[in-house]
Amino acid sequence: MEKVIKARRLVPDNWQLLEPAEGQAEVPAEGQVIVPLATWKAQRERLLARGNVGVVLEPHEDPAELAQDLGVLPLVAVNFPNFQDGRGYSTARLLRERYGYKGEVRAVGDVLRDELFYLSRVGFDAFALRADQDVEECLRAFDDFSEAYQASVERPLPLFRRRLLGV
Amino acid sequence: MYIYDEIDQRLVEERVAQFRGQVRRYLEGKLSLEEFLPLRLQNGLYKQRHAYMLRVAIPYGLLNTRQLRKLAHIARRYDKGYGHFSTRQNIQFNWPELEDVPDILAELATVQMHAIQTSGNCVRNVTTDQFAGVAPDEIVDSFVWCELIRQWSTFNPEFARLPRKFKIAVNGAKTDRAAVMVHDIGLHAVRAEDGTVGFRVIVGGGLGRTPIIGSVIREFLPWQHLLTYLDAILRVYNRYGRRDNKAKARIKILVRDRGPENFAREVEEEWAHLKDGPATLIPEEIERIEARFTRPQYEKLPERDPGLDALLERDKAFAAWYKRNVFGHKVPGYAAVTLSLKRTGVPPGDCTAEQMDAIADMADQYSYGELRVTHEQNLVLADVKQSDLYAVWQRARELGLATPNIGLLTNIICCPGGDFCSLANAKSIPIAQAIQERFDDLDYLYDIGELDLNISGCMNSCGHHHVGHIGILGVDKQGEEWYQVSIGGSQGNDAAIGKIIGRSFAKEEVPDVIEKLIHCYLAHREHEEERFIDTVRRIGLEPFKEYVYGKSDQGTPAGARQLATA
Repeated sequence: MEKVIKARRLVPDNWQLLEPAEGQAEVPAEGQVIVPLATWKAQRERLLARGNVGVVLEPHEDPAELAQDLGVLPLVAVNFPNFQDGRGYSTARLLRERYGYKGEVRAVGDVLRDELFYLSRVGFDAFALRADQDVEECLRAFDDFSEAYQASVERPLPLFRRRLLGV
Repeated sequence: MYIYDEIDQRLVEERVAQFRGQVRRYLEGKLSLEEFLPLRLQNGLYKQRHAYMLRVAIPYGLLNTRQLRKLAHIARRYDKGYGHFSTRQNIQFNWPELEDVPDILAELATVQMHAIQTSGNCVRNVTTDQFAGVAPDEIVDSFVWCELIRQWSTFNPEFARLPRKFKIAVNGAKTDRAAVMVHDIGLHAVRAEDGTVGFRVIVGGGLGRTPIIGSVIREFLPWQHLLTYLDAILRVYNRYGRRDNKAKARIKILVRDRGPENFAREVEEEWAHLKDGPATLIPEEIERIEARFTRPQYEKLPERDPGLDALLERDKAFAAWYKRNVFGHKVPGYAAVTLSLKRTGVPPGDCTAEQMDAIADMADQYSYGELRVTHEQNLVLADVKQSDLYAVWQRARELGLATPNIGLLTNIICCPGGDFCSLANAKSIPIAQAIQERFDDLDYLYDIGELDLNISGCMNSCGHHHVGHIGILGVDKQGEEWYQVSIGGSQGNDAAIGKIIGRSFAKEEVPDVIEKLIHCYLAHREHEEERFIDTVRRIGLEPFKEYVYGKSDQGTPAGARQLATA
């Protein structure tokens, strides 16, 4: 089972991430699955009927493509094939702020301890750690900083407005 | 000087603790080299030719004397007794030990300093005009806007893993002294007819391998929208900037490939969603930031100090320094003084710990305890009483900081080059020294007049060679160091990229080449007021090529020399 952190705790998790395949991925009949965007688009009706389906976005994929479906998706994953590729940060913010997505936004792939603080601020609320990550170390990452200047998904008001409001 | 509040201070301290943990995990083998790399870079730590190099942020070039004394202390305790002021208005230490870096950062935090985002693929230290807040041609005090941008960019989570580094410059005066046309984003303050402050937004300028003059994507951005507009630009870049090729990953390539109009439209579309959102600036925040800046308590003085003219009359050396190194001030009776770090025989921008301490004493005595670092790698005392100028000059001279060469050929901008930097193709500091030695005669230097000579040791262009009136670039040819020369570049309001004159030169040839270019200029200039750059613009490259290469061999590779054009 994967190491998944939610709300600063390691939680049991049964979502299965389908690797993007040539042509159509074979979606198992049972269980919680996260499918590539192309699979979702090709088999949308069937997958809607099946239920227990989330979609994973690759760095170059536009969350606008999912905008119509966000109401029915319990989970959107954003893949980081390499932690230095920061496109997924914008993807998460757009999912939350532009498209108002309220379900789970999960970081998958090269999810490392030292990215967690930033990831948690742009709208991710679930973190499927890379297998080699030390969970205890990772749980500490959320406390690296106690404040932040910018507006973010986590705290929509920037510090300068919160200062004025005394919050 | 912006004075931290409790939160500013806490964030810097938390950053030190975070990096201490990262260094520990790296040394314990829990972080791979590849994973540690961006973490150390975003804390200013590079690996250089001989050792680590730590680049400490001097936000928008502004320093107080407590900070400068701390830098001197760090130079002595952790380094070899000196630091190098860079063209990004930062300071670099070339010899720290990795294990010491968390302690160095902790020491910096005690004086409200840090090395946050001085490197790596993120928004870097914002730079500005070294005369911000005192310039007679001021539109706005750019420091306030720079500090706003500093806070916006510090640990900005969405833009922490950009395709490539990202540099923002703000210019608050009529004259551009912040090189806004050659930054990833340049912001040029504008005042609308009704007095509203805003910014002209320039995107996609830059030097490096592909020098490009930036494109104006918005003529007037009202100040309230500054941060949301930056968010929009950065988001477009973060999502669509190239990540497959490091050499094509800067925003300038994205702007060029899409065309400035299309890029501007994309930004405006993105901005339409962010405009008037919570990140929209409010007057209370501008006032709060303004109020956290220390301000000199200026005395009421006559426009011109009554004793100054007599001193200028009496002392020619003082007059020469005054002419070159003293800048006007918006407050009557005051002046801004440039302390030159370009003395012949000293690497440009280098400053010893002893000099730093002595400069701190000078700034305390004569300039309200503050100073600035310029992107030309000099230091500025910005608030000197005219009546103190003579004393300041005498002291600066004792310290070797009074070379009266600001704006002249020997005020060379120069990167650390192959002596230190692992990226460099060639050494740059010895070239600067050889040129400075050749042009050591001040009378000759004054006759030549204003001339920017910039040297970079490689295509990364840290020495800004593209925008030098004369630019020199170190190139590698079959493992040997050669130098390519360009002319006609300029920074400022009429920014331009220099053109290469022809095949490159061996190290020993460079001073001769510069001298030939100068001879050509002196022979062709129409009057003494015509600067080198004006002559280049008027007559073009050809006459200069003839002086350098001779008529038969106008820079073509077929000449007697064995080299091809670089």
